Amino acid sequence: MVDRIADPWGPRTPYGAGQDWPVRVDTFLDGDLRAEDVDRWVQSASILHSNGDALDIAVKDGRIVGVRGRAVDRVNRGRLDPKDLYGWQANHSPDRLTRPLVREGGQLVETDWDTAMGRIVARSKELLDGPGGWGHFGFYTTGQLFLEEYYTLGVLGKAGLGTPHMDGNTRLCTATAAAALKATFGADGQPGSYADIDHCDALAIWGHNVAETQAVLWMRMLDRRRGPNPPAMLAADPRSTAVTREADVHLPIRNGTNMALLNGLLREVIRNGWYDEAYVAAHTLGFEELSRTVDGYPPERVAEICDVPASDVRRAAELLGGSRRLLSTVLQGFYQSNQATAAACQVNNLHLIRGMIGRPGAGVYQMNGQPTAQNTRETGADGDLPGLRNWDNPDHIAELARLWNVEPEIIPHWAPPTHAMQIFRYAEQGSIKLLWISATNPAVSLPDLSRIRHILRQPELFVVVQDLFLTETAELADVVLPGATWGEKTGTFTNVDRTVHLSEKAVDPPGEARADLDIFLDYARRMDFRDRDGRPLIGWATPEEAFEAWKECSRGRPCDYTGLSYDRLRGGSGIQWPCTDAQPDGTERLYVDGVFPTDPEVCETYGQDLATGAEFLADEYRAKQPGGRAFLHADEYRPSPEVPDEERPMLLTTGRTVYQFHTRTKTGRAPQLNAAAPDVWVELNPIDAERLGIGEGDLVGIASARGAVQARARLSGIRPGVVFLPFHYGWFDQDPADRTPRAANELTITAWDPVSKQPLFKVAAVAVSRLADGGGVPSPAPTVGGSAPVVSGVPATVGGPAAEATSHAGGE
Amino acid sequence: MHLAHYLGLLHRAQLNLADAFRQVGAAHQDEPDVFHLCQQQAKRCDGFAELLRPFAARYAEEAPAEPDRLHSELFGGTRSGGIGLLRDLQDLYLMAAECDICWTVVGQAAYGARDRDLLAVVRRCEGETAMQLKWLRSRMKQAAPQALVVAE
Repeated sequence: MVDRIADPWGPRTPYGAGQDWPVRVDTFLDGDLRAEDVDRWVQSASILHSNGDALDIAVKDGRIVGVRGRAVDRVNRGRLDPKDLYGWQANHSPDRLTRPLVREGGQLVETDWDTAMGRIVARSKELLDGPGGWGHFGFYTTGQLFLEEYYTLGVLGKAGLGTPHMDGNTRLCTATAAAALKATFGADGQPGSYADIDHCDALAIWGHNVAETQAVLWMRMLDRRRGPNPPAMLAADPRSTAVTREADVHLPIRNGTNMALLNGLLREVIRNGWYDEAYVAAHTLGFEELSRTVDGYPPERVAEICDVPASDVRRAAELLGGSRRLLSTVLQGFYQSNQATAAACQVNNLHLIRGMIGRPGAGVYQMNGQPTAQNTRETGADGDLPGLRNWDNPDHIAELARLWNVEPEIIPHWAPPTHAMQIFRYAEQGSIKLLWISATNPAVSLPDLSRIRHILRQPELFVVVQDLFLTETAELADVVLPGATWGEKTGTFTNVDRTVHLSEKAVDPPGEARADLDIFLDYARRMDFRDRDGRPLIGWATPEEAFEAWKECSRGRPCDYTGLSYDRLRGGSGIQWPCTDAQPDGTERLYVDGVFPTDPEVCETYGQDLATGAEFLADEYRAKQPGGRAFLHADEYRPSPEVPDEERPMLLTTGRTVYQFHTRTKTGRAPQLNAAAPDVWVELNPIDAERLGIGEGDLVGIASARGAVQARARLSGIRPGVVFLPFHYGWFDQDPADRTPRAANELTITAWDPVSKQPLFKVAAVAVSRLADGGGVPSPAPTVGGSAPVVSGVPATVGGPAAEATSHAGGE
Repeated sequence: MHLAHYLGLLHRAQLNLADAFRQVGAAHQDEPDVFHLCQQQAKRCDGFAELLRPFAARYAEEAPAEPDRLHSELFGGTRSGGIGLLRDLQDLYLMAAECDICWTVVGQAAYGARDRDLLAVVRRCEGETAMQLKWLRSRMKQAAPQALVVAE
C-alpha cells in the first residue's frame, strides 16, 4: 500500500539510458474493493492534467469505483497521477448539475432541455439576422472536452455562424506552446517523444514545475535520475520546487526575465563553439541575426537582469553545451510571462543550433497544461483553423470550404482568430451579445476578476454555461446546460507528445446531463445550419462518426489522423500522430530529417514580429525562401509592463499544486485531494517574512492595482522579493455570507504576449502586509512540492487510510 | 546642402509620433495590447529621435534657411470607442508612414553625403519603423470588421 497523497510520485523504478521504462501499475479502488470485485474495466486516459496517462475505469453495479493505470501504454506504463487516482470521485458528487437551468426573475431555476435550448436558439436567430450578425457570437471553450466535441464546435462556429470569436481557456495555458512551435517550425506539433527521457543525457526544465503539473512525466525523469548514467539537470524557476531541488543547476531568476537568461545562454553556446555548424547551415534561417542579438548578453549582464550569479549562468551554459542528447521542457514560467513566445522560441533555438532535435534523447517539449489542449489547437476550437491550417492562405480556406461544402466567404479568415481576452473585451463593449462558455470557469481563471465578473453580469450579455457543476461562472449565466463528463461519454484526445487515446463511456451521466457533443449537435440541428446543397452542415451523430469526419479534415496536414480508428485505439497503447496508411503505427518523432513544415503552401502561419505581433504577409514570407528550414527568431529582452515600485514592491507569481486542477471543479470534490490542499496560501521567502513581521500561518494581505486577497503564509524556498499564490481557489465552497477574496486572479494584470496572446499571470506588482497572527497554526499549504516549508514544526501532508493505493512494479 | 531640413523634419516627425503613441495608448487603456504596445513604440520613437540629434546638429551648420511648409500636422488628438480606436490607429499609421518615407529620403541623402554613420542609423531605424506600420495595419485589420459592421 502507498499513500499517494503523502508521496505523490510513488516508488521508484530506476532505469538506465536507452533502456525501456519499467512498468509500474498504480491502482486505487473505492473502500475495501479488490480488483476481482470489479465488474468491468473501461479504457480511458487522464482528464486532470496534460500528460495523457492511460488508465482503465473500474465499474461495479453501474458506478465508477476506481482506476488502474494501463501497463501497455507508451505514455505512463501503468503509472497514475494522484489527481487521477482520487479525482474520479467528483463524478458522483451530489451537487452535479442534472437538469438545465434558466434565469427567471434574477434566479436560476430548473427547466427541461427544450426550454433551455429554445432560449439559446431564439436569441441566436435574433442576433444572426442582419449584417454582421456573426460578430455577436463568442465561444469560450476549454482544454478538457474531447476531440470530436471540439471539431463539431469548430465547424458550427466557422461554417455555421461564421464567427472568428472562438477560443479556449487553452489561451491561458498552451497558446504560447502553439505559437512558438508555429513560429519556429512552421506548424504546431510537438517535435519530441516522451521516450526521449529514456535516452537523454541532459534535461533542461524551463519554468516548468513538472513534478506537480505532470507527475507521471516527473516519475520518468526521477527514474532516470536514480538509475545508472543519469542525465544532468538544469531548472530555471523563481520558486524552490521538487524539480529545482533535484536539479544540478538551479537558476532562481527574477520573474519576467526569461528572455535575458536565454539570450545569455545562447551567447555562451555560440561563443564557445558548442553549436552544430552543419545543422545550422542546412536546416535553419536567421543564425547571423540571432548571434548578433544574443552577443549583447554576457553572463554579467544576465546576472544583473535575472539576479542570479554569473558563474551559475556559465555553469548552466556548460551543462547545455556539453550535452550530447539534450531534452528541454517548457511551461508556464515562460508561457505566462512577458515575451512569452520570444522566450519559448529561444528554447527551440537552443535545440536547433545544437542540432538537438528529431533523434532519440534530443527533443523539445513545448508543454500543454490541459489534457485535451492539443485537440483544441488541432480542430479549430481555439480559434486556429482545423487541421493546423493557415487563416491567411486562401488555398487552405478553399480546402475547408470544399470539405464542408460551404462558400469560402463564410469561413472567418480576414484576420487572425479572436483571442480570449479580446472576446471578453468585445463582450465588455457590447458588440458580442451571446457568450457560450463550455467546461471552463473564467470567473476564477481569467486575469483581473472584478472586471470579468462585471462583464459576465452585464444584463445585455446572454451567457450560456455548459458545465458539470454550478461553478462561479455558471452562477452568472442566463442558461446553464448540464454536461456529461469523462467516463460518461466516448471520445478521443491527444496529449503533449501527440499520443491519441480513446476514452470510452463507462457509466451513464447523472439525471438529464448530456455529452457536450450531443449539446453542440442539438444546437446545430435547431439552428438548421445547412451546406451549399441544402444538406445539414454537420452530418454526424455519434462520436465515432465525428472522429471519421475529423480524419478527413486532418488528411495531408501535419496532424494527419487518417491511419487511426476507434478500433485501432482499443486494447493497446495510444498512438502518436501523424498516423497514416504509410505510417500505420504513428510517428514517434517529427523532423528526423531536419525538414520542417515551413513551405509556404504547408505552413500554419506566415509569421509574426515577436515584439509587436505584427503579421507578415504571404509575399514577405515567400521571400524568405524557407524551403523546409526552421526559423531562428531573435529579440532583445524587455521588462514586463508591470514592475515593482515603492507602493507595490513585490512580484506576484501564480501556479498550481499537485493535488488540485484549475479551479478545483473536480479535485475540490475528491476528498483526499481536497484535504491535502483545502484552502489558499501565500508563499514567502523567510527574508521577506522577517522584514514584514510575518510568521508561518499568519494571515497576510496581498494587494495589486486590481484588487486584494487574504491568505495564510507559508515560509518557503521562493526567491526573495517574490510571492506565490495558487490560482485554484474561488468561492464555490466558501460560506456565501463570508466570501473573503482569495482568488489569485483578483490581483493579476490584463496584459498578454503580443504573439500568443497568453495573459501574463506571472508578473504582477503587489504590496504584502501582515493582517493577523496565525496563533501558531501552520498555513493550509501542502508540505510537498513548491510549498514545502523551510521552518520546522509543520505537520507533513498525508492522506491516511482513505488514500491507500497500490503500486506494483512490473505489473499487477 | 538641405539635408539638415529633412533631418529636422524626420526628427520632429519621430517626436510627434512618440507623443501620439503615448496619447493614443492612454486614451485606449481598456485595450491593454494597444496601451502597452503604444508605450513601447513611443519609447522606440524617442530613441530614433535621439539617434538623429547629432546628425541634425552637424548638418545644421551647413544649412541655408528652412523652406516654407516643411512640417506637417497629422495628429489632432484622440477619440474614444471602437471606431475611435480605428481612427486613432489610422492617425498613427499615417504619422509612421511619414517617418517611413523620411527615412528613405534621408537614407538616399546619406549615400550622397557618403555618411556611413548616418546610413547605419537609417538602416536600423527604417526597419523598425516598417514594423510599426505592419503592427498598426495588423491591429486595424483585426478591429475593423467588429467596429464597422458588428458594433451598433
